[in-house]
Order: sequence, then structure tokens, then C-alpha cells
Amino acid sequence: MSFNINDKGYYGDFGGAYIPEMLYPNVEELRQNYLKIMAEPSFKEEFDQLLKDYVGRPSPLYFAKRLSEKYNTKIYLKREDLNHTGAHKVNNTIGQILMAQRLGKTRIIAETGAGQHGVATATVCALMGMECIVYMGEIDIARQAPNVARMKMLGAEVRPALSGSRTLKDATNEAIRDWINNPVDTHYIIGSVVGPHPYPDMVARFQAVVSEEIKWQLKDKEGREKPDHVIACVGGGSNAAGAFYHYLDDTDVNLIAVEAAGKGIHSGESAATSVLGKEGIIHGSKTLLMQTHDGQITEPYSISAGLDYPGVGPMHAHLYKTGRAEFISITDDQAMTAGLELSQLEGIIPAIESSHAFAVFDHKKFNPDDVVVINLSGRGDKDLQNYIDYFKL
Amino acid sequence: MNRINQKLKEDKKLLSIYFSAGYPTLNDTVSIIEDLEKNGVDMIEIGLPFSDPLADGPTIQASSTQALKNGMTTDTLFNQLKDIRKTVSIPLIIMGYFNPMLQYGVEAFCKKCQAIGIDGLIIPDLPVDVYNEQYKTIFEKYGLINVFLITPQTSVERINFIDSISNGFIYMVSSASVTGSSSGFGTEQTDYFKRIADMKLKNPQIVGFGISDNKTFTQATTYAKGAIIGSAFIKHLTKHGNTNIDNFTDSILK
Repeated sequence: MSFNINDKGYYGDFGGAYIPEMLYPNVEELRQNYLKIMAEPSFKEEFDQLLKDYVGRPSPLYFAKRLSEKYNTKIYLKREDLNHTGAHKVNNTIGQILMAQRLGKTRIIAETGAGQHGVATATVCALMGMECIVYMGEIDIARQAPNVARMKMLGAEVRPALSGSRTLKDATNEAIRDWINNPVDTHYIIGSVVGPHPYPDMVARFQAVVSEEIKWQLKDKEGREKPDHVIACVGGGSNAAGAFYHYLDDTDVNLIAVEAAGKGIHSGESAATSVLGKEGIIHGSKTLLMQTHDGQITEPYSISAGLDYPGVGPMHAHLYKTGRAEFISITDDQAMTAGLELSQLEGIIPAIESSHAFAVFDHKKFNPDDVVVINLSGRGDKDLQNYIDYFKL
Repeated sequence: MNRINQKLKEDKKLLSIYFSAGYPTLNDTVSIIEDLEKNGVDMIEIGLPFSDPLADGPTIQASSTQALKNGMTTDTLFNQLKDIRKTVSIPLIIMGYFNPMLQYGVEAFCKKCQAIGIDGLIIPDLPVDVYNEQYKTIFEKYGLINVFLITPQTSVERINFIDSISNGFIYMVSSASVTGSSSGFGTEQTDYFKRIADMKLKNPQIVGFGISDNKTFTQATTYAKGAIIGSAFIKHLTKHGNTNIDNFTDSILK
């Protein structure tokens, strides 16, 4: 069994491109070209060079000594938090802006929830001198003022999504509508492994640099390419897709996906899609999503804006359904506590998204000899106000 | 013969109206359908509201959101429509997004449509190839015509494919846009209408998106068999509730 995508754009039962005909030419153009373009030597060269000189890759694989002592296992942190713009998101936006250029596009649109993907998109648009429009829910604009300011400073236009619940899913709807209205000159940079095929696969391939590096870095440090466990948080699932990618078919590597349980899985305020979701269609992809009995998409909740999405990428839906990955749900409180602990044991303040992954150590016992790699997907600067409010700092 | 095919045989330009079921108030659905028929409308698209209508602009999304707030569900709509064929004889089409149908069960949904007397479905986010491979036989079993969209960007090859698997009409999206966003047609649109007409497809075309008044209706139907009005009618409902529908249809058909 393969856990990667098949030639029809599906991971098992999940994926595909459930899009209105108005989007078909754009998505089809991308589908026909993305693998070809990614395989071009000039593309690879430019992508690798920018990841190295602009993003600062490879990101370190750091042995977390004090954390390892506390949990009596060997814990390595993949330091995506040290990337330019502060998270793994930029790996994907660098790849997609180069893709857009090669497709002859001159205008970039993106959606953003917390603003991390918006900032990463605005950054690469500034780098390449391209027009950039970022859709963001009106409510998120109010909640994430510093990132809105960053995007504006980088020259992007931030357009409020005023429809529906005025958060990430609505920002995504607005970006899709913009693409329908601008079918020729525009490329839509989706920020996660979601959306119609080929986006989940393309974004996973751009993020795959994370596990590609883990392999040789671990070989250097432990004498083997394969850890026993890889842990990553999952909202849409792009950092997890990157950390899992080169281990998908190595079934002796245990994959652990950490979702946001919000105020508790059954509290009515949660984003634990694997538990609460049912199969259906969201943003052009057949996957697991949170919805009413009647098929209306519901609004998720998490303290972490980056995990606050009612669906999950089709790769993760497949990993869940087949049991290839273990899914664990972590509440707001557990995540915040784990974030504080990492700060004080290792001197690293994580993004609240990543804090969810660290909370796993309180819920799951690892053997002393186990090598555990945890993807530290982003830094906590953007979340400082949340930490201040929560801990009354 | 399906009511849609019968209607398409009539020697006239067809006016089709879209509205969101359960809007402006939950129980307006039936009276709006009856009034539209009385006032000369040829075909009705009953919108099954969805939380995330990707292909629709703000007017239809707002009506859809309000309908959901009013309590509209798939079962409620089927209940409202259960006796509709006692009073209404024009073709009725349900237009909605795929997820609510998938949750209801595609076969159960189609079966219910047949029992009520629904003639066809328009599902913008059910792709042509998925329909063709997985659902065509179910739709046909229950006598439902599935209507596909084409746009100015759709290739000739794809239009021909869509024509080959269609058995009612082709929904011709007037321009690259979501619903309700255009104001009047220019030469770009009329050239496109003519280009499609010249293809002599086996299925007639009905134009939608951007038709709001007598002028745009006339332009759209110069080459096409008919036209669909959605957002402009929703705006009428927002202003007048379920009353004065004759004023609206008169303004289009004058």
C-alpha cells in the first residue's frame, strides 16, 4: 500500500478536484505542469538556492537535552522556527512563487488565518516584485493586527473576508472567488496541503525538504536516517506533510499527528477533525471535515489560529483512515503548558501550533532508546500576546 | 419525456429564475415557485443553501446564509416541495453544492427528487469526470437531468465532451466571474455567445451569471435558448419579500 498520492490525484479515498467549472482551466493548467516545472534543473537550482540563502536552510536538527532527560527518551527538534518569517510556511511560498513565474502569472492571491501564510506570501511577492492580495477573515484581521501590519509593510493588500463566519474558511472562499474572477493572470498560493488536486501534493512536495533534511541530519547524529517517531501538529497539515513525507512508506517510522482539541473534543469548541469530522468536500477536496448532519461546514475552534480549520488535508485523512499515522488531540490548556515548558527547558518559545505537538510527551510514553523527532514548525513571537493573556505574564 | 426537454422544444426564449430555498423566510419556498410560474417564468432553479458557496457572489451567499439561519435543511426543503406538482407544472431544478447531497446520500437524494417531481440538478462543484464515472447511472435511473457549466475559458474539446454527456441543456456562464458581479455585456460576451452558438451543439445553451434586466436578458438570448437570473431576483426578494414578483418578471419580459 502506498501512502502517497496516486496518478488520479487521490490518497486512497481522499483528494480529487471538486471544483466549479470556472476554476477548471486554472487548476488543470497547474496539474498538467507542476511536476514538469518542479523537475526542471533551473527550477530546482533556484528553489534550493533561495531556501539556502534567503530562508536559511537547512534548519538545524537540535538534540533537546533537557527535554529528553525529563521524558527519558531522545528528542530532536526540527527547527523550522528559525526559518525566515518564523515558520515552515515560507518553504511552500518560495516554491509556489517560482511556479507562478514559470506559468507566466503576474498577480498573486492567498488566504490566511493567523497571518503566517499571508506574511510568507507577501514576503516572496516582495522578493519577486509581484502584486499580492491576501484574503483574511474580518475577525482574524482584528485578532492578528501585527501580522496585518507586516503584510502591508511588505507591500501586500489585505482584503477582509466579510462573508460567513469571517475567518480562515471564508478567507479561502474569497480567494477562490477571486481566482474565478481572474482566470488568466493570477496564481493562487494555497498555504496548506488542502484544496483541489494538485495543491495537496504540490505543497507537500515543497514542504518535503523538512524530512529530506531530517534524514541526513539524523544519519549524522544517530547513524540512521529513520527515527522511531515523527511528531507534528496538524491544522490543514502542511508542516506534518513535510515532516512525514519521506517516511510515508517506511512503516517502521511511527507518525504522530497532533490536532487541536480546543476546549475539549466534545466541548463544541474544538478543531479535532479526525475525531469530529466526517468524509465530505471542503475547498475542492474530498477529505475529513467538521460539518453538520446536513453537510454544512461548521466553524472550528482552537486557541491556535493556525490549527483552526474545519478540514484536514486529504493525505492526513488517508493516514488517519488507514491507521498509518496515530492521531492525538491536545487541548488549549495542555498546549499552553507544553509551550511554557519548552521555553523554560530549552530556551525556545514555540508557536502555539507547535506547542500542541510538544504536549504529546505528557500523553504518550516513549522508550529511553527511542529517537523522537518533533517538528517545531514555528516560533512564538506572533503568539506573545496570547501567552501573556493566558499566563498573566 | 422530462419536463426540461419538453420546455426546450418550445419555440421561445426561456426565462429561468434562481432563488435560495428558505429565503427570505423559511416557508416562502412554495409560494415563490407558484408566483414565478404564474408570472410567465419557464423554469426554476431552487437553491439548496450551503455554508460555503464557492461559485456564488455576495448576494447569493448572503441569501444562502440567511436561509440556513432560518432553519433550512435538505429534509425541510424536500418536505416543503412534497406537493409541489399539484400546483406547478414548469421544470424544477435543484441547484446546490455537492457536500450536502453527499451527506444525504447521492442515491437517496436522487430518489427523493424523482418522487417529488424534480427534473434536474445543477451541482457546480461536482466535476464532469467524477459525475461521468460514478454518478451518471444513478441520475439516469431516477430520470434526472444533470446540467453542466461552461465558461469563456472552457476549451472546445471540453465543451464537446460536456455536450456529449449532457441530455438537457448547457449552462453557459457569461463571463469569468462568480454570480451577481457583472454589469452588462460587452462585445467579449456577445462574441462568446455567438462562438458557442456556431458550434451547433446537440444541447441548447442557457446563459447565466450577469443577467439582471430586460437588456441583458435580450442580449443573452440573442444566440442562446434562454437565460437564468439569480442575484437580481434575490435582491428583489430582499427588498419586497415574497410579494410583487409580477413586477420583477414584467421588468424582464416587457
